[in-house]
Amino acid sequence: MSRINDLFEQKKENVLNVYFTAGYPTLDSTLGIMMALQDAGVDLIELGMPYSDPLADGPVIQESSLIALDNGMTIAKLFEQLKGFRETIHVPVVLMGYMNPVLQYGFEKFCADAAAVGIDGLILPDLPPLEFEQSHGAIVKKHGLDFIFLVTPETSAERVRKLDGLSSGFLYAVSSSSTTGKEKNFDDVIAYLKRLRSYQLTNPVLVGFGIKDKETFGAVAPYANGAIIGSAFIKAISAGENPNAATQEFIRAVLN
Amino acid sequence: MITSYSKPSEQGYYGDFGGAYIPEMLYKNVEHLRQQYLSISNDPLFQQEFHALLKDYVGRPTPLFLAERLSERFGSTIYLKREDLCHTGAHKINNTIGQILLAQRLGKKRIIAETGAGQHGVATATVCALKGIECIVYMGEKDIQRQAPNVARMKMLGAKVVPATSGSKTLKDATNEAIRDWINNPTDTHYIIGSVVGPHPYPDMVSRFQSVISQEMRIQLLEKTGTELPTRVIACVGGGSNAAGAFYHFLDEPTVEIVAVEAAGHGVNTGMSAATTQLGVPGILHGSKSIVMQTPDGQVVEPHSISAGLDYPGIGPMHAHLYTSGRAKFMSATDEEALKWAFEISRVEGIIPALETAHAFAVLDQLGMKQEDVSVICLSGRGDKDLGTYMNAMNEQ
Repeated sequence: MSRINDLFEQKKENVLNVYFTAGYPTLDSTLGIMMALQDAGVDLIELGMPYSDPLADGPVIQESSLIALDNGMTIAKLFEQLKGFRETIHVPVVLMGYMNPVLQYGFEKFCADAAAVGIDGLILPDLPPLEFEQSHGAIVKKHGLDFIFLVTPETSAERVRKLDGLSSGFLYAVSSSSTTGKEKNFDDVIAYLKRLRSYQLTNPVLVGFGIKDKETFGAVAPYANGAIIGSAFIKAISAGENPNAATQEFIRAVLN
Repeated sequence: MITSYSKPSEQGYYGDFGGAYIPEMLYKNVEHLRQQYLSISNDPLFQQEFHALLKDYVGRPTPLFLAERLSERFGSTIYLKREDLCHTGAHKINNTIGQILLAQRLGKKRIIAETGAGQHGVATATVCALKGIECIVYMGEKDIQRQAPNVARMKMLGAKVVPATSGSKTLKDATNEAIRDWINNPTDTHYIIGSVVGPHPYPDMVSRFQSVISQEMRIQLLEKTGTELPTRVIACVGGGSNAAGAFYHFLDEPTVEIVAVEAAGHGVNTGMSAATTQLGVPGILHGSKSIVMQTPDGQVVEPHSISAGLDYPGIGPMHAHLYTSGRAKFMSATDEEALKWAFEISRVEGIIPALETAHAFAVLDQLGMKQEDVSVICLSGRGDKDLGTYMNAMNEQ
């Protein structure tokens, strides 16, 4: 059983997953923010590996990625920082990023090193499912990592089932066809989540894109197993001098 | 299995390069296009409308011109394929005509495009005006400043020009913004990519629309030289759309030498260059696997070229395959050489070429051309848009 499976065994609703970009706002802030997220009651952490050309992301995450890169964050640097983090951080952690930096690092080495430091799963939105089935999936599994695919309201029922079958840990439901950080119509999102629920998928579903506070989390989380907050959290830690305190404050406001 | 250098596999691979590395948010649009593009574009009625517009609106066939004084200088025979005479001033419109007809048949109501130098933006704005379809062009903030005349043309044609303010504020970032727009508008919008880049089927689709260039060359060469096949074909390569069109019908003719000329900027090893095959390694950019200029950590780097149209850190997957397989010879020309040749061609042949195109001429003295050789250069665009740069160069002389 993976750490992610354990989480969903124990908690089937209102799971809160928070995304932020490694190396943002400063090169050495990553572990402190992860710790603060755990302390504030976040169930799962999605750690973004910054990339120069993040196609699926909106301006907030792109900007944080560029700053993180300027700060000197790389995959190698991140793994170095993450060494030993499992001594203090017990919530599941997934890495999210784009294929190009991972390919340069070496896909197998990336999976091996991620697993070795204690990462639980991967989200690589531009890895084609066909390639995952034919080659990369076996490497991911060999190193005991979960792999999470994205589905959108435009994804056909047949394809949702296929992507659910390829995923482990959870399935990432993008709330509408859009980049991150855009405003949403929640009636449509709820209808879509109800549709996903009717498919009786094997994985838990977390919904992301457009979830920014207690109200929006509360509006959609009941129709899935929980939700993911990204851009709004990054904005929250951009403002202040003390990202750990900003983290505590932001998460408490969502959960209380 | 690849049986042809010009045609990819069903999944869009040219050798190891190509494919569709896209987030799920783009899947439906790209897959729909993949399923439809061949049946739509091979339909006789589509072909009829496409070729009628190429003839009556674009002004095709473009002439194949024997450049006598240039030929004399090299003691050889050199023809120029005059894409600069196309409506809007470059080959770019061959593709936008094809894609606007495709977009209409797909029922799309809104067109988006990216542009670097502005030539593709103008060509897209033009066909949108022709068909009465809304047009949004993403253009790097920096390019908007250095290509003001083309920005004005797009606006006059009724397009909305949106500045890309992220990253380096050039073509790469304009492409990112256009892709994001497509993600956010998944049903009514068609994205007209301007080069042979992007996820499958774009490289193949754009190559096919541009292949009219080499199709005409074969007919014209037969008329003028008695044989359809030249000794070599030369074209400049940024993303590589004019080169793809000029090479297309010669790629599977092993006797024809294929010469691609990249922009070396200040010099290949100066850190201010856009010579992708020399400086890049295999990677993924804008949805396809190709050769990409990047750091050892896989971050895409900012290229440099004096010509905005070649200022791109990648290259189409077909060209990446032509390079690694050795089918094409890849050369490069610096900013300075391109400028010098822009003036040479202006004064020797009375044709002011685009800066992009001028790169293709700069390698002529390195090709060892023999007297009996017949070389064809794709004169991809005219130099009106570069007059500012040319005027500065004249003032410095």
